Amino acid sequence: MLNHLRALDLTDDKGFLCGKILADLGVNVIKIEKPDGDPSRNIGGYWGGKPQAEKSLYWFAYNSNKKGITLDIEKAKGREIFQKLVKTADFVIESFPPGYMEKLGISYVDFSKNNKKLIWASITPFGPEEPYRDYKDSDIVVMGMSGTLYQTGESDGPPVHISVPQACLHAGSDAAVGCMVAYYHREKTGEGQHVDVSMQQSAAWFQANAVPTYELNGSLLKRAGSFRAGMSTQVAQRQVWRCKDGYVFFNVIGGRTGAKTLSSLVGWMHEEKLATDFLLNMEWDTFDMFTVNQEVMDKISQPVGEFFLRHTSKELLQGAVPRGVSIGPLSSMQDLIDDECLKARGFWTKLEHPELGTSITYPRTYIRSTEMDYSTRFRAPLIGEHNKEVYQGIGFSEKELELLRKEGII
Amino acid sequence: MEKRTGVFSGLKILSYSWAVVGPLTMKFFADHGATVIRIETSLRPCTMRSSAPYKDNKPGLNRGGYFTYYNGNILSFAINMNHPKAADVAQRLVKWCDVFMENYTPGVMERWELDYDSLKKFKPNIIMLRQSGYGSWGPYKNLPAFGMVLVPIAGLPNFIGWPGKEPLPVGVSAYTDCISPRFATAALIAALDHRNKTGKGQMLDLSQFETAISFILPGLLEYEATGKEPERIGNASPNAVPHGVYPCKGDDRWCTIVVSTEEEWGDFCSEIGQPGLVSDPWFDTLENRKLHEDALNKIVANWTVNLTPEDVMSRLQKAGVAAGVVENAKDTLNDPQLRQRNIYWPMEHPEMGRFTHLGQSFQLSKTPAKAYSPAPLLGEHTEQICTEMLGMSDEEFVSLMQEGVFE
Repeated sequence: MLNHLRALDLTDDKGFLCGKILADLGVNVIKIEKPDGDPSRNIGGYWGGKPQAEKSLYWFAYNSNKKGITLDIEKAKGREIFQKLVKTADFVIESFPPGYMEKLGISYVDFSKNNKKLIWASITPFGPEEPYRDYKDSDIVVMGMSGTLYQTGESDGPPVHISVPQACLHAGSDAAVGCMVAYYHREKTGEGQHVDVSMQQSAAWFQANAVPTYELNGSLLKRAGSFRAGMSTQVAQRQVWRCKDGYVFFNVIGGRTGAKTLSSLVGWMHEEKLATDFLLNMEWDTFDMFTVNQEVMDKISQPVGEFFLRHTSKELLQGAVPRGVSIGPLSSMQDLIDDECLKARGFWTKLEHPELGTSITYPRTYIRSTEMDYSTRFRAPLIGEHNKEVYQGIGFSEKELELLRKEGII
Repeated sequence: MEKRTGVFSGLKILSYSWAVVGPLTMKFFADHGATVIRIETSLRPCTMRSSAPYKDNKPGLNRGGYFTYYNGNILSFAINMNHPKAADVAQRLVKWCDVFMENYTPGVMERWELDYDSLKKFKPNIIMLRQSGYGSWGPYKNLPAFGMVLVPIAGLPNFIGWPGKEPLPVGVSAYTDCISPRFATAALIAALDHRNKTGKGQMLDLSQFETAISFILPGLLEYEATGKEPERIGNASPNAVPHGVYPCKGDDRWCTIVVSTEEEWGDFCSEIGQPGLVSDPWFDTLENRKLHEDALNKIVANWTVNLTPEDVMSRLQKAGVAAGVVENAKDTLNDPQLRQRNIYWPMEHPEMGRFTHLGQSFQLSKTPAKAYSPAPLLGEHTEQICTEMLGMSDEEFVSLMQEGVFE
């Protein structure tokens, strides 16, 4: 466990996931908010429906395992306290606009002179360089500038985005990786450094095969709606199929991966007398998506589509597992909570929210280790919940804390 | 081979990897100096090697753009694991490495006696990283998986598409492939640190299904709070209007615009030359704009459609409103911001020529990631690894090669 380490997490929603991953790995992550709470607590929805800073579900999702304190770093006294806290920290994670910390005189440059070991991660929408340095961001704007939004949507309509913010998650998880690489270096050399993460770059890191396709063919992978672009020169590859009660995602593909799934699927269809002679006679081992023509594709798609229509998504998943057919029935949120595999692996856990008088189901862990327990242990902090514990730890008396509270510093 | 410097120089990783999850994980280490050997075989090449696009449209295992793009800095070792003499070579590779990573369907490593218990016999403090679709144990362990099916199983398409229409796949179809490697890398570095301090190895087991759920978690909590399954809302947002993608001048050109505050709304109306909209009773508050969103989106589109997306972006950003180009692959390759930030690494490749390899997703101030070598030809480094890293004699190498071990 990394429980000998401390991180100060000053991020808003652009960077929550970084501290969350470090906290899961055992780092003591202290979320630092403004005295009246982080503005990202105003992101909907809310437990109970009504907008309330202590009930933001977005806050809940990515701040569990972190402790929380309040501090106004825009006030001189607040900055003094921040400097004291930084002395106790291994990592600082922040997502302020480029230049903001510099202006306050509490940037990485200011600290690193005397604290060579410090690791400092900055998460910004586009990075500190011009021309986009001061551009305003929003998830759809950043995803648009990453090459990924362009590819999603109907072929005859505009690009469509994922309505749960994504760029911040790419960036937050990259920042966690960056912090860990920097930490590994520090353990070898004693030297800390700056981790510079841009949401645009993190989101652009995975554009599937769009960049090589453009470079080799001069062509752009376009939106293909329910189909998948770019895998074949001659045919459209359907991805989204109807089933009896919903949707199932399935790709007819070639190679080893495709051969295994297609032959198993045809076998399954045959059990139910739904495989055509054409399907039964196909040589899946040599089936090549690169050269297949539309006529062959239609002869595959038609009976497969009919087979899916006869089954519910649950039947398809349950039938796919023993047969090793790689298909993707679309899970509803309830399906995820009920999922047999997630349950068996103990993926879900209930965390107590005493002030809500309830417990909420969360992912227990994303990482399983034979040596460590990386479970989520406690819910996201309330505003200033750990002020006493943390500030007393750096020498403040209860009286002093009361004064700081009155002055609006904490 | 150029000497590898960087944070992980000297770290030795052996990787039985497949598709994209493997390479993205390997890259975090290889790009920072680790020696990463990827096991391959020409008898069953990675699906990426046999995926379009190909150089000059001619298929070939060393001509695939998809594979090349993601495999810079990796070394390739060809071995036919089903050959009777392969197990011994594999054991020598295991003894050589610090870290063993794999993302095959569970069962394959067990069949080759490369599961964690077996690995420990050859190397007691080995760190094993497993990253299959559904985890190395559990009821779905034998179910083959790849990103295109994990996206729906993890529920993502519930959040993509238009009201009343069918859910859509993520355009970058194996989207979940980029999620697990980040969690895995952070955990693997923690494991290396643990081993450096205690001498103990460990096995890490990640499920791509599980890590993908982290990317929709707010939606899942919303369901728990309200009991309502998510609805598809196109490009709208409950908190901002306008919020969306708008058509621009040119072929398939689009921009994004997001107006979040009343101040931005005022600035936006001035910039598009319609200051009167600010006090228009249909649009004067967020609530009213939401109510008349379709009408407002038409007004916005009428303005954007005569401009290039670059114009929309620079004009609105200057006015203090969030807006951007909906960039395609050509745009990202030429994006002035991304170009400065070292995300693309052009390298000379023996069959592809000068070709763009993927670089890194973040920057470190003192130990930058670096391009050392282009994506490997299949088996390109087999001989060098055998003789230089495993200490095999030339005679033994040649004899094993003639017996077909290195296919």
